[in-house]
Parts: sequence; structure tokens; C-alpha cells
Amino acid sequence: MTDKLDYTLSNLEQLEAESIHILREVAATFSNPVMLYSIGKDSSVMLRLAQKAFHPGPLPFPLMHVDTTWKFREMITFRDRVCAENGFRLIVEKNEQAIRDGINPFDHGSNTYTRIMKTETLKQALTKHGFDAAFGGARRDEEKSRAKERIFSFRDKHHQWDPKRQRPELWNLYNTRVNPGESIRVFPLSNWTELDVWLYIHLENIEVVPLYRAAMRPVVERAGGLIMVDDERLRLEPGEEPQERLVRFRTLGCYPLTAAVLSPATTLPEIIQEMILTRRSERSGRLIDHDEAGSMEVKKREGYF
Amino acid sequence: MTQKDLAASDIHAYLEQHQQKDVLRFLTAGSVDDGKSTLIGRLLHDCSQVYDDQLDTLAKDSERHGTTGKGNMDFALLTDGLLAEREQGITIDVAYRYFTTEKRKFILADSPGHEQYTRNMATGASTCDLAIILIDARHGVTMQTRRHSLIVSLLGVKHVLVAVNKMDLVAWSQEVFETIRRDTIDFATKLDFVDLHIMPVSALEGDNIVHRSEHMPWYTGASLLHHLESVHVASDRNFIDMRFPVQYVVRPDLDFRGFAGTLASGVVRKGDDVVVLPSGARSRVASIVTYSGEVAAAWPPMAVTLTLEDEVDVSRGDFIVHPRNIPEHSHDLDAMLVWMAETPLQRDRQYWLRTTTRSVPVMVSDVSYRIDLATMRQSQVETLHLNDIARVAIASTKPIYYDNYQRNRGTGCFVLIDRISNETVAAGMISGRKAIRPHAHKATGDTQKSLVTLEDRVRQLGQQPLTLWLTGLAKSGKSSIAYALEKRLVDAGRVAKVIDGSALRSGLSFDLGFSAEDRSENVRRAAEVARLLNETGVICIAAFVSPFEADREEARETIGAERFLEVFCDAPIQVCEARDSEDAYGRARRGELTYFPGITVPYEAPTAPALRLATHEIEIDAAVDRLVDLLESRGMTRG
Repeated sequence: MTDKLDYTLSNLEQLEAESIHILREVAATFSNPVMLYSIGKDSSVMLRLAQKAFHPGPLPFPLMHVDTTWKFREMITFRDRVCAENGFRLIVEKNEQAIRDGINPFDHGSNTYTRIMKTETLKQALTKHGFDAAFGGARRDEEKSRAKERIFSFRDKHHQWDPKRQRPELWNLYNTRVNPGESIRVFPLSNWTELDVWLYIHLENIEVVPLYRAAMRPVVERAGGLIMVDDERLRLEPGEEPQERLVRFRTLGCYPLTAAVLSPATTLPEIIQEMILTRRSERSGRLIDHDEAGSMEVKKREGYF
Repeated sequence: MTQKDLAASDIHAYLEQHQQKDVLRFLTAGSVDDGKSTLIGRLLHDCSQVYDDQLDTLAKDSERHGTTGKGNMDFALLTDGLLAEREQGITIDVAYRYFTTEKRKFILADSPGHEQYTRNMATGASTCDLAIILIDARHGVTMQTRRHSLIVSLLGVKHVLVAVNKMDLVAWSQEVFETIRRDTIDFATKLDFVDLHIMPVSALEGDNIVHRSEHMPWYTGASLLHHLESVHVASDRNFIDMRFPVQYVVRPDLDFRGFAGTLASGVVRKGDDVVVLPSGARSRVASIVTYSGEVAAAWPPMAVTLTLEDEVDVSRGDFIVHPRNIPEHSHDLDAMLVWMAETPLQRDRQYWLRTTTRSVPVMVSDVSYRIDLATMRQSQVETLHLNDIARVAIASTKPIYYDNYQRNRGTGCFVLIDRISNETVAAGMISGRKAIRPHAHKATGDTQKSLVTLEDRVRQLGQQPLTLWLTGLAKSGKSSIAYALEKRLVDAGRVAKVIDGSALRSGLSFDLGFSAEDRSENVRRAAEVARLLNETGVICIAAFVSPFEADREEARETIGAERFLEVFCDAPIQVCEARDSEDAYGRARRGELTYFPGITVPYEAPTAPALRLATHEIEIDAAVDRLVDLLESRGMTRG
């Protein structure tokens, strides 16, 4: 007889298997998929899962980074190195018109800025390249409207999400059918939590941007958050004086919109320990989510990831 | 020590523990009125899964949209994430929530109780190991409880936890709880739950949620969270029937050709002989490849890549299976369908049927019946609308490989997709049996083609083939009498054969459980076997509890009224119970066996049997004498 009761899989092993299944399903059924690569910890995990899914073959799709031009410099360095080392095909998209127009997070507010530099750029790029499926690293535990989004999330010709017209999603049978011009956003990490992501990074020894680890960095205090002075474009308010503080980031985005936390955590176990003991959710460091209740849902309806 | 304490004092021990943890996926069914949101909020809150800033947002939202009164947190708002939901105070869609304890990670599918509950519950239940069904202690078992239970059962959720909530509002009364417990067991017997637990809780006060209640010392079972942490689900998966649906072909260069996929069921090992379906090509597993290296074996739900020893043609949608254990295949399927679209079913239209990694065009060729959720009765309908549940026949243009859903979730499920709008319109569970076509083959049906007549066989064996159908409670003496009679007849030169419940269930009916539907199907098969035996000229002695009058009537029709002799083995239940050395009656009385005629479901005694045997009053020999007399009186020896 077989040793039946030993056929168990841990939570992380099951999550990994589910994600690999999703990644393969897209590669097998869509003609032109792309992986949105945001350089953060979730993207790093998603990328490793993609390597696993198609091993020993290469990734059967390119990576795309929507560069708002306000990302941390360390993120860009990390991105270029990771892609070069692994031979990933990388597409970088910027909103050249908006750059010429001087759109920035200070003068135009985080809402308008995000819509133009991120959402619009993304939509234009998806249309330009004719991508019919796009992977994103979003997780359901991040935010309430995400908790109700499908793993295969249908978008109409205008890349918009309609929460009331979502396709039923049962078992592991994903509906991958779209008409020309329509597309699917796919979230292989839907069922992962922040803790799962960090545990997996630890277990698999996945490299992440050094900004997640504590270091002395120049910051100013703004609206209760610590903003890093990553380059000379950060306009200092009267009386603001950059100070070297021991800080790190729980999430990474555009540096003027991403608050750091005071922390001495430099190793992964220390980072995980801090995350468990903290009383604030990770998105609390993201300034754009707090504009109004349901703001993420509104952005998603417009085509944000 | 709490999770946080461990993380604070020894982070490495904590990491070690969490890397090994398994996961339980469960759903909650019930309406807001039953206290579902309070229960979820309580679980998340007591497991410290709600962050301060989320509590701030919740406080703000409670102020604006809350329905629990001023100053109170409305936990429903933790899960109702969409703007429309909060504005209208309703839940539209399934929400997934996550929390973790030292034992397990939990994925909670929270589906709304009212609005479109069928579609949403089915969606939530499809990936769950366990369901929590909430009952308001003040109202007891309601029609809604029954509906939710039916859907959970239909979707094959094996573990059910019935939480009798709001015990604080019935003064923590054991009597109230016991009544609800009995009522619950009463209706649950008709459903296919493997594991049923019923517990009294108060989500509002936290009693029996995380900690045992101090208000209900009479309840000695585990708390709800403790049960969730300890229920064993790993062996629920099917590890017997190896099914590897090929999802993607990995072919980086001429030297490597691998077939990537997720094990739907069973275990595959390096070196296994395999067959590829539908081509039928044979080969052997050369290696099981993963990113971290080759492995010796893989099991569900592992996602791996197989290489084969031979150059066989394999593509997406194919099955790789063991040659001695292949799935069913047919153009015609019998399935339970949940209709999920606003647009009704169109019988003249083709849909994509998506199962495992394969899509085929199909039509819904027949709607056998719809289950009316208001009355729980079957009704005849022409088409299906949103949230309808029905038994249907599916006609496919190509053969479909499948297994019975209740035996194998991964290869027994499918969805239907509209070919024009691309909407997912229905979810289906294959019953694994081809559609039963009533009146297609009755007693004299297929013998007409044979060149041998029944009269030829009667002459050859010198006997009239009859069926004695012994019905009665468990331990009423059916089998003992049947085997004694068989011996007597064979000794006298007759050709006779006993069929009984245990014999049938070990082979022909191995796929059936003990639900009402499966019991009926078992009786139907028994009747077909009896008919075949009779058509061969053999006297058949069938010993089955067969508690339902309707099933026995159908058996009479199948076998032929002129050959069918109903014998009622009639002993008082106390006598049967006293004879029961295996304690089946005891287990039924304790609620451990959900379906047990005479205890949890009624036994419908025959109204006009050909013979009634008071088996507690007469000896086996005397009973056999009377049966032989009966057979003689019906012309058994008139060969």
C-alpha cells in the first residue's frame, strides 16, 4: 500500500502550485501575454514562479515596466540588472507626452498624477503592443476591492473593470476567452498574503530591492510619513531639512508617494518579525490609497492594476 | 504562547513553524441576520488579522454606511469591499479573506446569504474543504439552512460545521441547542456529508469561537477555531486515480520535450507505465521535472513537468493516466448544473464545455428536472434561469473524459461558456453515469434480438426464473434467509443466485455513497442485475434494505411484475438493534451515520407484499420453507 497520509503539501507549496498552474494556463491560451513587472517584492516572487512554471524553458512572454520616471533610483538599477542577468525580455513604457507636459506628483496631486503616469501609460502600452493578457502581482489581502476580484479579471476594450459583471470563477477552470480588443488581467498571487510572500522570499532565497532593508537614508517628514529625498526633484517645503534616518520600505512605488518606516531591520527574519508585530497594514505607506474610501476600486475601474 | 510572542522571542522558530503549515479553505454560509459577518469579524479580530489603519477605516465606514448602530463596528464592512455594496448595505460577490494561526493558514470564501446566493455559494464552495453553515438559535433550521446545505453538498464539500449562533439570546439553553441539533441531523441525512459537526456559539460574545464557552459547560466539544485548526482534510483528495491533464508543452530545444500540468488526482511516479488519452499511445514516465530538480513522485495539486521515454504525440488537452485505471469517456453526460448567467439556457445553442484543460462544443440536450429551492422539490422545466439548479443531459460533439464528481472533483467538474459573449454561464458536476433513459430497456426490450428465447432457457434449466425481493431494516435477517434459501434451492437442483447490498457495493456500485439518491441508484442497479439473471433463466434472491416504496416499484417494473415477488422481512426495530453487533444503530442514533433507515430516515414498509416474514418469531428454516412454498405457488418448477 501507499503511504497516503504523507501526500501533503504545505501552504506555500500549494500556493506555488496554484500560481504555476495560472501562469501556464495563460501561456497556453493567450496569443500575446505580458508580465507587468513593478520591481517590488511581489513582482520578484511572481517572476520566480514564472521561471519555475516554464523550466527548463525560458519565459514565453516579455516583462513590461510602466516607468512613471519617479521611481526610486535603486529600483531601476535592480530592474536592469535582474533582466540582464536572467536574459528576460524587458519593455519599458513611459508617458512621453506627460513628461513633456511636466506632470508630477506635487503640482497635479497624487490622483491625477497616478492616473496619467501609471493608468493611462499602461492602457496605451497594452493597446500599442496588442497584449491580450497581462499578469499583475496584486494580492487579495491588500485591499477590500481586490478581495473580490477574480484571478482572471476581464477588461473591456477600454481596459476597464466592472465589478458587477465579473465572470464566475470555479475550481481551477479559468475562462480565458476574449474577443479582439478585450483583455484579461491575471493575478497569480491572488491567494498569497504579505506574510506568505516574505516567507517564500526567505525560503527560496529570492533577491529583492535593497530598499526593503533598513539603512541610513535622507528623509523629510510630511503629513505624518517619512519621504525619502531620492533626488533633487523633491521640492522641499519651507523649514524642511533632509535628515539621515535608519529607515526601510514595506512597499515600493513612486518615491514622493511612498512613505518609509523607521526600522533597524536589515535581515529577512528581522523584516518578517517587524511585519508580524506591526499594527499598520502595508498599504498604509501608499499615499494614493487614502484619497477617499473605495479609491482603489475607482482606480481599478479606470484601468489601474 | 501567541504567534506574536513567538515571533518576538524566536523569529527563527516562528519561520520554521510557518514554512511547514498547511492550509484550510473554507466558506461561510448564512445571512447577515444569522450573524455571519459578526462571526467573521470575530475570527479575524481575535486572530489579530485586522490592522489599526484598517480599523480606522472601518470606524469611518461604520459611521457612514454601518447598520449596527452608532458607535458599533460593523464587521460586515470589513468584507463588503465594493462601493455599491457599502452604499446599498448588501453583499454582491464572494470575498476572500486570509488569516493564520500557529496551526494553519486559512482562506475564507465569504459568500453573501441573500443576493444571488446560489451562484456565489457555488463559486465559493468549489475550492473549499469545509463549510460553516450558520443557524440563528432563535429560529432553528430554516428553509435557507436547507438550501445552503444542499448547495454545499452538491459542490462536494466533505466537511460541514453547523454553528448554532446567538446562543446568548436563548439564555445558553442546552434544550434549544439539542432540538436544533436533532433537526439538523434529520435533514443532513439526505445529503452527502462525510463529516458533520454541530456546535453552539455566540459570535457576538465570542463563546466557543476561539475559546471554549464558560456559559455552556454542558457543551464539551471543541471551539470553532480549534475545530478549523484540527480537521483533517489532506486525505480528502483522491490519491488513487492518476489523472494528469496536459496543460502546456515545454519545448525549449530539440533535446527537451516536457508535458507541464497539475495533477488532478492520484500519484504519478518515475518509471510508471502510462497511456495518453485520447490517442491511446503507451509510454513510461522518464522523469518528473521541477525547477528545484527531479522528483520521484508527484501528487495533487502539484504542478510538475513529465517527460516520457518514447516520442509520442502529446498536446494540451490530453490526459496522461495509468493504463489500468482510465477515466470514463462518453459523448453523453449526466450532470447537475448551476445556471449562473442573466441570459437563460438556450437548448438549441452550442456552448463551450471546459473541463480540465480541454474545451469542446456541447449542447444541453435535456433538462431532467430542476430543484425548486423554495420547496426543495423536483420540477419539470423547459429552460434554466439565473441561480437554477438542475439535472441535465449534455450532448458533446467529441467524447469527453471524466470521473464522477463526488469521487474526483478535479476531473468531474466543468463550466459552460457562451460561444458569442464568452460569459461563463454555468457550472457543472458530472455524475459519472450516462443519462438514465426511462423506458428504453424494459424486461422484454433487448431480448428480442437474441436468437435464444426465454422459453428455450426455461426448458434448458427446468425452472421458471423469478426474483424474490427481500426488503426490511438492517439486521432483520434478509441475508441469512437469502443464503439459506439459495443453498436449499441449489441442493434441490435449481439454478439460483443471491445478490445483496454488500456484494453489490464492493463491485458494481463501488462509486455510490449512502445519500438518498445513491441508495436509489443502487436499488436500480440491483433490479437490472436481477433482470439479467432472470433473463438467463436464473432464480434471483435479492436482499436489500430498499427503504423507499418508489424504488421497489421501479424494481418491480424493471424486472417485470409477473416475476417480482416482494418479501417483507418484518422484525421490530428493537430486535434488529439488539442483533446489531457492529453498533450501526448506535452510531446512527448518535448522529454518526447520517443516513440510516428506521433511525434517521423512515423505512417505508410494503403495503401489499407477496409474503410477510415475522423474522423475530420464526426460525430461518421455517422462513425458507415458506419461501419455497411461495416459489412453488408461482410455478417455479413448471419448467
